[in-house]
Amino acid sequence: MTKALEVRDEYVADYEAFSGNGGSGVPQWFEHLRREAIQQFSTAGFPNSRDERWRFTSVAHLTDTKFALANGERPTLSLGEVKQHILEAGKDQCLVFVNGRHSKELSSTDGFPDGVVAGSLRDVANSGSKRVERHLAKYATTDNPFTALSTAFMSDGAFLYVPQDVILGEPIQLLFLTASAGRPVVSHPRNLIVVGRNAAASVVETHLGLVDGTYWTNAVTEAVVQENARLHLYRVQREGARASHTATTQSHQRRDSNFALTTIEIGGALSRHDINAVLAGQGAECSLYGLTQIQGKQHVDHHTTIEHARPHCKSWEFFNGIYDDKSRGVFTGRILVHPGAQQTDSKQTNNNLLLSKGARADSQPQLEIYADDVKCTHGATLGPIDEKALFYMQTRGIEAEVARNLLTYGFGVEILNEIEIAELREQLDQLVHARLDDGAERRRAVR
Amino acid sequence: MLDIKNLHAAVDGVEILKGIDLAINAGEVHAIMGPNGSGKSTLAQVLAGHPAYEVTEGSVTYEGRNLLELEPEERACAGLFLAFQYPVEIHGITNAYFLRAAVNSKRRCQGLEELDPIDFMDVLEEKLDAIGWTDSLMERPVNHGFSGGEKKRNEVLQMAVLEPKLAVLDETDSGLDIDALKAVAEAVNKLHSPENASLVVTHYQRLLEFIVPDFVHVLARGRIAKSGGKELALELESKGYDWIKQPAGV
Repeated sequence: MTKALEVRDEYVADYEAFSGNGGSGVPQWFEHLRREAIQQFSTAGFPNSRDERWRFTSVAHLTDTKFALANGERPTLSLGEVKQHILEAGKDQCLVFVNGRHSKELSSTDGFPDGVVAGSLRDVANSGSKRVERHLAKYATTDNPFTALSTAFMSDGAFLYVPQDVILGEPIQLLFLTASAGRPVVSHPRNLIVVGRNAAASVVETHLGLVDGTYWTNAVTEAVVQENARLHLYRVQREGARASHTATTQSHQRRDSNFALTTIEIGGALSRHDINAVLAGQGAECSLYGLTQIQGKQHVDHHTTIEHARPHCKSWEFFNGIYDDKSRGVFTGRILVHPGAQQTDSKQTNNNLLLSKGARADSQPQLEIYADDVKCTHGATLGPIDEKALFYMQTRGIEAEVARNLLTYGFGVEILNEIEIAELREQLDQLVHARLDDGAERRRAVR
Repeated sequence: MLDIKNLHAAVDGVEILKGIDLAINAGEVHAIMGPNGSGKSTLAQVLAGHPAYEVTEGSVTYEGRNLLELEPEERACAGLFLAFQYPVEIHGITNAYFLRAAVNSKRRCQGLEELDPIDFMDVLEEKLDAIGWTDSLMERPVNHGFSGGEKKRNEVLQMAVLEPKLAVLDETDSGLDIDALKAVAEAVNKLHSPENASLVVTHYQRLLEFIVPDFVHVLARGRIAKSGGKELALELESKGYDWIKQPAGV
């Protein structure tokens, strides 16, 4: 038996212990979803590079190591330690999770208007919420083995419900912290966001590692955007240096709704983010923006699918990557236009900047179009700094090194400009800047 | 101000400039004309310091300094400006940010204090007024998605903000309709003064109806084949380039 199969079986065994102990006490339908998912995982096992969807990303690290459930560990964090990671905007609409567990003490929910439901997924499910039952695990499919694992071990995470006609001015924050990892641990944060008819909200989902040890976050967020509703989901991945991050962000949009996702990938050693956006109602629009900025031996894989299931929908996809040292980026942009999804308007752009000879990026658009009256465009660029642009800036008096930094920064800013929360934008702007300065510094030292 | 002597330059081992002699004094407007492939743009790029062009012989003295020894950004700080034939698009960086970075680089090397965004906007607005443009392009990324006319306009705006001593305009007229051409020419004329000089590179005589040169030089096969006053441009317009293609003495 190979290591990957052994580890798979260990997770299946873990599941039995979990469902009988830590994960017990949930409604029957919840338990049923979990059991189906572990069966699926048990059959499929971990993906390998023979699977087209995993061609460029090896999960060998995850199959070589057995990660224990992080729920068992209860690190104590003070509010003071956590506060610095919470945005001032919407600080009273903030749910904090530590090692995958909801922390009531660190969360603050005073700012939510009446009717908004925001809390631990498990608590809300246990309270008998029909809404959770109706939507949970109905969109993110378990043919992705990591989603199957998430569903099997789902226990905690955020449930957010914004009722019809409610417009939230301030963002909702979901903060996932990994605070101790004495041994390799895994958490499976599971989120469900439902934005009701004509309602509007923005959500900031942050994954932050406070430790340097080996750990794994396997996150799934399902977002349902009802008729004429708007949701902007920001997702910031800043895991620790030795962490692995696997995630699925799944959106399901009804008629005339608008969904935007801005995903920023900076942290972790290995990150694989599957984004599946389904335009299931006529006239819906979705925008996906992504920025990856990595260095060292970091690896980030964005695997995106936009499904145009109904006519007159628009999608817009814009991913930039900045790769330094020996880092590696992957972008897959699958656009699926169903038969009958006429008047689809879809645009995809993926730009990759390679700052060092050792860096590598792979970009693959996949267009599958089964309707005949559609507009789909895609474009990708890949390469080092544009020498023409560099010379142009020099002729304006800007020193070569400053120009190089500015051109790289421009790549990041192009995506950061789509962030409507000023505080978040400025914070990420500083992070991007710091990384650039850091990279330039290291290059100077080598020279 | 600028003294070019026997300048030879090559790209990828192919010699394009084969001995250019040209002197430009403060207050003068020079035009370089010539057929496609005669080396006009190469001369402009060599003056700006493009790394792909190798100077194989000759010298260029600018305000008493050896221009060829300077990096492109040092040339810019010394007051040289090149308006590009094909302005480059830059991702993410707004025109305003870019212009301020350029102005502050120049101020740094002149030992002046850098301008903060607010002071810079004052300077910018003054320049926009001076050349008669109100601008909506400031918050858009540099040249990104600009029309041909907007890109050329943007070059002239940069020139206005950077206040060069010697401006080299490389085919600033190409691809422009007559209104845009007039606007660009008017802006260039407004910036002209007895202290600075311009070198206008063009393929067509039309631009020189609006920017009136003191001297016209015809470039052919990498050399200046003929020099004269502004009437030479008119002669070229009626006779074409063929009568002049053989450089004197060849």
